[in-house]
Amino acid sequence: MSFDPVFAFGTTAAAALIGLGVTHALDKSSLESQPVAVSELVVLGAGSFDHPQPGEFLKQNHPVAAPIMQETIDAPFEIMKYHVSASEYGRCVTDGACKPADSLSVGSVPATGVSFIDAEAYAAWLSARTGQAWRLPTDVEWAYAAGERFRSDIEGNESDPKNPARRWLAQYRTEASLGRKSDPEPRTQGAFGINSKGLADLAGNVWEWTSTCYVHATMASDGAGITSSIDNCGVHVVEGFHRTYMSNFIRDGKSGGCAVGTPPDNLGFRLVRNRLSLVQAALRRFGLF
Amino acid sequence: MLTRREALLGSVLTAAAVATIGAMPAVASEKDVAGLPREKVTLVAPPFVHAHEQVAKGGPKVVEFTMTIEEKPMIIDADGTQLNAMTYNGSIPGPLMVVHEGDYLELTLVNPDTNTLAHNIDFHAATGALGGGGLTLVNPGEQVTLRFKATRAGTFVYHCAPGGAMIPWHVVSGMSGAVMVLPRDGLKDDKGKPIRYDRIYYIGENDFYIPRDEQGQFKKYDSAGDNYDDTVKVMRGLIPTHVVFNGKAGSLTGNNAMKAKVGEAVLIVHSQANRDTRPHLIGGHGDFVWEQGKFANPPAKDLETWFIRGGSAGSALYTFRQPGIYAYVNHNLIEAVELGATAHFTVDGSWDDDLMTLVEAPKAIAS
Repeated sequence: MSFDPVFAFGTTAAAALIGLGVTHALDKSSLESQPVAVSELVVLGAGSFDHPQPGEFLKQNHPVAAPIMQETIDAPFEIMKYHVSASEYGRCVTDGACKPADSLSVGSVPATGVSFIDAEAYAAWLSARTGQAWRLPTDVEWAYAAGERFRSDIEGNESDPKNPARRWLAQYRTEASLGRKSDPEPRTQGAFGINSKGLADLAGNVWEWTSTCYVHATMASDGAGITSSIDNCGVHVVEGFHRTYMSNFIRDGKSGGCAVGTPPDNLGFRLVRNRLSLVQAALRRFGLF
Repeated sequence: MLTRREALLGSVLTAAAVATIGAMPAVASEKDVAGLPREKVTLVAPPFVHAHEQVAKGGPKVVEFTMTIEEKPMIIDADGTQLNAMTYNGSIPGPLMVVHEGDYLELTLVNPDTNTLAHNIDFHAATGALGGGGLTLVNPGEQVTLRFKATRAGTFVYHCAPGGAMIPWHVVSGMSGAVMVLPRDGLKDDKGKPIRYDRIYYIGENDFYIPRDEQGQFKKYDSAGDNYDDTVKVMRGLIPTHVVFNGKAGSLTGNNAMKAKVGEAVLIVHSQANRDTRPHLIGGHGDFVWEQGKFANPPAKDLETWFIRGGSAGSALYTFRQPGIYAYVNHNLIEAVELGATAHFTVDGSWDDDLMTLVEAPKAIAS
């Protein structure tokens, strides 16, 4: 199984941009209490790669492995090098914009025990505080940033229209054979190392919320495309050691979704910063965008 | 050389030729099922049960049901306590589906896009795929149709089981019901003699876990997702705030009390998808009780209280012999009286002095 599906044709610059000119971008007086230090960012260049799609896929009325499609990152984007930390998240809680996380972690460990709803609230708060546009990464962006650490769904690569159990058994055995042990205690940022793209702690013991909705899709009988699909945005794609799917309000991945096998140890997140056009940046500076 | 699959198909052909019911073959092809007669049944809300034959007429058929999942707030006690309910077909419990052994139960499960959660169904009466749960997960805006063969006679629970912690949460939010698979030749007593019922009621018992605020008042939430964290904390204590029949404390009392007449045989199907219970008919009995709910086993006779294991449905047949008001309770009396698990029967008819007579009314103690 290849873990390096990435063929970047742009620069995957691992340059860390430390708190670049963001601390005085606010014009809203109510938010001028304290400047917000922004965590390190990694700039990922444009590129394209083959990507196993998230969701559940049917072909001729039976479940099959997700199709692999080529995805393209059109323009460079900035993503946090580390997970949002407990202390960073705590600032949002102090400001009354975020609910306290379930985890009691403090300091420079990832904020965990947070739901998709919490992550969205934090992104909205950070955007307001910094005057920048912060958001969760899409599943594609996360996979691109994860590089060699991207695993996708645990898939046994068995499919028998006459016997659905073959796929279930293969998946179960594949997951069991990974032998991953529960590892519930979040570590200090950086403890799980840096990947080839320059991001820290990917696929460690913190799974990450993405902005991609769970989808049920039906594939064409020749497998060449998707004929219909239904999104369920009450459930979002969660990425980490393996890909899984969680209801938006789940804060504890251990009890959130996987009926069998290894559940996520923790749920956390990191954010992408949208690059604004010059006009957008100017408008935002005056609180107009 | 015969492969396993061919061997099984071969046995189907043999069995079809003989057309026996008792030993059904393990595998029937799509073509065999396609040739069967179909019956479409419209479900009714509990405690009532859709019209059905007690003794099957003709051979096996495909019985079609449709259930629409409704997420909606429901009031579960007289104080107006609100549950962010998840329901099969709008009722707690979901409707009772009746088929005969050897029939195929074909359910279309609809999850309208007005709902917010993914749901599925695990039939304890079905074989394989986690009771069908592995094949039936539907997002809001989707529907699915599952067919399974009713190979075992009895009363069986069905419930939602969408994975992990969602399973108990969906169940204690109301998503359970029952299936009754009747023997083709109907029910039989302990000696194998056919018995019939004049009425049937389906009672689904639910345990609810409603969070309280700092003042001890039950909390109200805008949506199911909002209550999840708080509800799970209450669930982990394993002490329900409500134990009710038919979705609400008092829902089978007063004007909604179940009705019967002296001399009528009443079959009471009782399901509990999550937690043990012990039904008792105050002033009456269970003449014939399938405590585990499986009709291949002879019924127990003359029970005072019977035990329904959490995750099962049992049945009790009783012929009323005296008129009056009967309370049908979970005989943990704290649960019956304080938490809500009480239903009533109003029974009309003539009093039988031989069975009971007041010899002397209460009066001052004779000195």
